[in-house]
Amino acid sequence: MTSSMRADFSTIAGWIAPASRVLDLGCGDGSLLAHLRESCGATGYGIEIDDAGVLASIGNGVSVLQSDLESGLAGFDDQSFDSVILSQTLQAMRRIELIVSEMLRVGREAIVSFPNFGHWSHRTQVMRGRMPVSPSIPYQWYDTPNIHLCTVADFDALCVEQGIHVLERVVLHETRRVRVLPNLLGSLAIYRIRRDQRTPG
Amino acid sequence: MTSTPASVGIVVAQRAAFLQPLALASGATLPSFELMYETYGTLNADRSNAILVCHALNASHHVAGVYANTAESEGWWDNMIGPGKPVDTDRFFVIGVNNLGSCFGSTGPASINALSGKPWGSDFPIVTVEDWVDAQARLADRLGIRRFAAVMGGSLGGMQALSWSIRYPERIANALVIAAAPNLSAQNIAFNEVARAAIMTDPDFHDGHFYDHGVKPVRGLRVARMIGHITYISDEQMAEKFGRQLRDGLNFSFAPEFEIESYLRYQGEKFAEYFDANTYLRITKALDYFDPGLATGGDLAHALAPATCRFLVISFTTDWRFSPARSREIVKALVDNRRDVSYAEIVAPHGHDAFLLDTPQYHAIVRTYLARAPR
Repeated sequence: MTSSMRADFSTIAGWIAPASRVLDLGCGDGSLLAHLRESCGATGYGIEIDDAGVLASIGNGVSVLQSDLESGLAGFDDQSFDSVILSQTLQAMRRIELIVSEMLRVGREAIVSFPNFGHWSHRTQVMRGRMPVSPSIPYQWYDTPNIHLCTVADFDALCVEQGIHVLERVVLHETRRVRVLPNLLGSLAIYRIRRDQRTPG
Repeated sequence: MTSTPASVGIVVAQRAAFLQPLALASGATLPSFELMYETYGTLNADRSNAILVCHALNASHHVAGVYANTAESEGWWDNMIGPGKPVDTDRFFVIGVNNLGSCFGSTGPASINALSGKPWGSDFPIVTVEDWVDAQARLADRLGIRRFAAVMGGSLGGMQALSWSIRYPERIANALVIAAAPNLSAQNIAFNEVARAAIMTDPDFHDGHFYDHGVKPVRGLRVARMIGHITYISDEQMAEKFGRQLRDGLNFSFAPEFEIESYLRYQGEKFAEYFDANTYLRITKALDYFDPGLATGGDLAHALAPATCRFLVISFTTDWRFSPARSREIVKALVDNRRDVSYAEIVAPHGHDAFLLDTPQYHAIVRTYLARAPR
């Protein structure tokens, strides 16, 4: 992840109420939290496993906790954050269902963003018989950290299956919002979700 | 604007005498006391750049630099503290202090008890981490420091930093709690008890009044140190350093044959030469007693509620004496209180000793944190 402001930052910032408590999972160098602190007075923590990310986060003045997300969010109480964010990290995680349910346990809301595998450029590359490489998934198949790529339609289906209520969904391509055929024309999906109140658990 | 890392150079220890009595956790009172300390760097005009360094079991106020005309006199945390080092003495005024009950010049069991005119020996009260912190606060008053930019320490030193954050929240801007724990586990207390038993069963111990007999319980101290050393190193580090190496083949004797035996004996002997048995007993007891959560029914988060400073908590992956899980308990209690805390888990093979070494990630974290630390 780069230290420059990523395309999903401003969408995420728009969803964070002033002075919210946020938890940013896989916070990298802490630039999203630093941005949220500046733009909406948010407080909270980043979680990062990588040494360089932890060091860079501290350098950015962000409170960071070095921890492996794959083991869940055991150190955090239920509903102790306004928002739990997983920005462009979902696709690299092993246990998707666990982390999404942990996010909704710890946060009143969660924000998840991921590269949309359904983008037409990915589809055409697969049609031509090759694994896709693009600005949103810039890795070769043999060196990618991404093990759980999905499409907008896939994530919608997961939410229905898990009783997750989608409060808002924004699909972008090169920072522009895509409203028509988002699963075909969008390369980055951002969801604001919460546990469906009608469905227990 | 950081200079090339260098030593603080030649340093001189100082002594501060306190004539006001100090009430101790045990209920006893020290009528007066003295603390040895050293300082490095320059206190700024508004006295806001002071960092207090708290020592662990066997260390002292001599944290950095060297003593004039004394070979091998480098301070115990010299790799951490100095111009251009992670705790940069070009920016910070750093204070090393020797705790009460120690044997490096601060009032302790070997000091003369004014009432009897003889060394205190076992009459010296049992002191706690909280007592140390209270005494350190007196030193801060003496030096005109209202509020520390940071209080830091490793192991038992980290416990003191944690205690500062609870006892004097308004006097500390940052706490660096390194390789510490919110209290000792039963296993840890067990190791301490074996060490104490080794000392107290030494015939030269004389119930702690060995000074009067002109002897020292060196055998007990050696064994105590040997046990300690085993717990400071990781199994993998010991395997790598010593393995099953023999010094001179098998001789079918009880003389030291394996390298690890000879290493432990050497460490034990070196330690017994300079360390005081009564001090060892008291410092291990202070470790055993430390448990800020006890006052709040075992609720560490509740105990840490008064703390307002920022925290940096650091642990080391192979430290089994003060494991990362124990540091994470501190972190969780701080998160529950919504405190500003960062936590780094440093990959290091050395076990508990890693807090004294200079693993690049470890030093980079401390350097970066302090460079940004608000006062």
